Amino acid sequence: MSKPVSALKAGVLLVRRDLRLALRRPGEWLQPLVFFLVVTTLFPLATNPEMSRLRDMAPAALWVAALLSSLLALELLFREDGQDGTLEQLAVSGLPLSWLLLAKTCVHWLLTGLPLVLVAPLAATALGAPYASIPGVSAVLLLGGVALSLIGAVGAGLTLGLRRGGVLLALLVLPLAVPVLIFGARATALAIALEPTTGPVYLLAAIAVLSATLAPLAAAAAVRISLE
Amino acid sequence: MAWTWFHKFGSPPHFYRLAGKLTPWFAWPALLLSLAGLYGGLVSAPMDYQQGEGYRIIYVHVPAAVLSTMAYATMAAAAGVGLIWRMNVAYAVAASCAAIGASFTVVALVTGSLWGRPMWGTYWEWDPRLTSELVLLFLYLGYMGLRAAIEDTARADRASAVLALVGVINLPIIHYSVDWWNSLHQGHTLLKMGKASMPASMLVPLLLMMAGFTLFFAAILLVRARGEVLRRERGTRWVGEVVGEAT
Repeated sequence: MSKPVSALKAGVLLVRRDLRLALRRPGEWLQPLVFFLVVTTLFPLATNPEMSRLRDMAPAALWVAALLSSLLALELLFREDGQDGTLEQLAVSGLPLSWLLLAKTCVHWLLTGLPLVLVAPLAATALGAPYASIPGVSAVLLLGGVALSLIGAVGAGLTLGLRRGGVLLALLVLPLAVPVLIFGARATALAIALEPTTGPVYLLAAIAVLSATLAPLAAAAAVRISLE
Repeated sequence: MAWTWFHKFGSPPHFYRLAGKLTPWFAWPALLLSLAGLYGGLVSAPMDYQQGEGYRIIYVHVPAAVLSTMAYATMAAAAGVGLIWRMNVAYAVAASCAAIGASFTVVALVTGSLWGRPMWGTYWEWDPRLTSELVLLFLYLGYMGLRAAIEDTARADRASAVLALVGVINLPIIHYSVDWWNSLHQGHTLLKMGKASMPASMLVPLLLMMAGFTLFFAAILLVRARGEVLRRERGTRWVGEVVGEAT
């Protein structure tokens, strides 16, 4: 009989397990990243590639691409663990499921949200953002990505195990992500114009904190319902 | 006991009978109030000096917009009751709300864009209210899509209930973020200012229409919830008796 594991320890173990599994299959989490770069490349091709125009469009291109790529990555969040029964084991483990799902969502963000932040300077520069604006653009994507992963976890929990999950997931998550998109794109636009971004960044941070508080609870409820 | 009525309400046969009795009490006043409101709004209210006759679409647009939000709130409340007390009837009510609410949203969007044509010179303006209304429509469609994708009714009920609750928390955030977004890009539209300072001859028909629409929503919700309860309980004896009576 092994000793019961504390919730904190279990969370750390889960993060390490998920990271190890993901690093063995880099293809899975590299795909959304490549997708992000491809979509931001498509924007200039679809319009007049004059730098001043691209700069006006850059926040929209960056944020729509980030939103779609995070949506694409969401399917990876619970699917495999739902299929092989890991999620069921987590649900019956007696530890708070919302906490464990928060740990899983953190890993998901590390693998799909953080890489976006790292390649964002590249995409932003290509879209005409001045170098001085890069730290601001990246910081906003960092904050917004956290909120998107957390909101997305609820949708991923609800559509777990459904046959037509992919399109439905988009339909559920995208309307809920509207505030993140609005504040994120606005803050990015201000950053590119080299103006202070405090207002929208605070609002974005408020949404991220609210999502971190409530979304794991909703995701846990959703996963429990889907497992039955 | 104080809670007896509550548990009784949760019993499908009781709900079915009670809803059947209540429906006319909502439906007739709804019809009368709407007719009175329409007469007041379309005939006896004076012409607006700025907008001419075009403003009269307000008598359909505003009640529909109000009801589209109210239906979502009702849906979320019913879904919450269902989740907390595991009450099948509450789930039936929540499921019936979605299609009604989505219809009100579509009516509000269509009348809003028709109104926009003479006022703004275009059918679609990214006005904050219309934009939030559009996002609300997407929320309804997501809810209905989730229900349709899950075959097992019990699971569909509970999963969609979680979604409705998440949506109802998000709704004010979406509304204010869209408002904030819009205030950066354009000035407030003239419609916003006209609202508060409305003479009684215009305001009274609008209030009548709102009351009429609310009662209509209640009546149609009861009818749909009755149908939903019958569908869910189709294997039971009381449904057999009820259906036997009717034929």
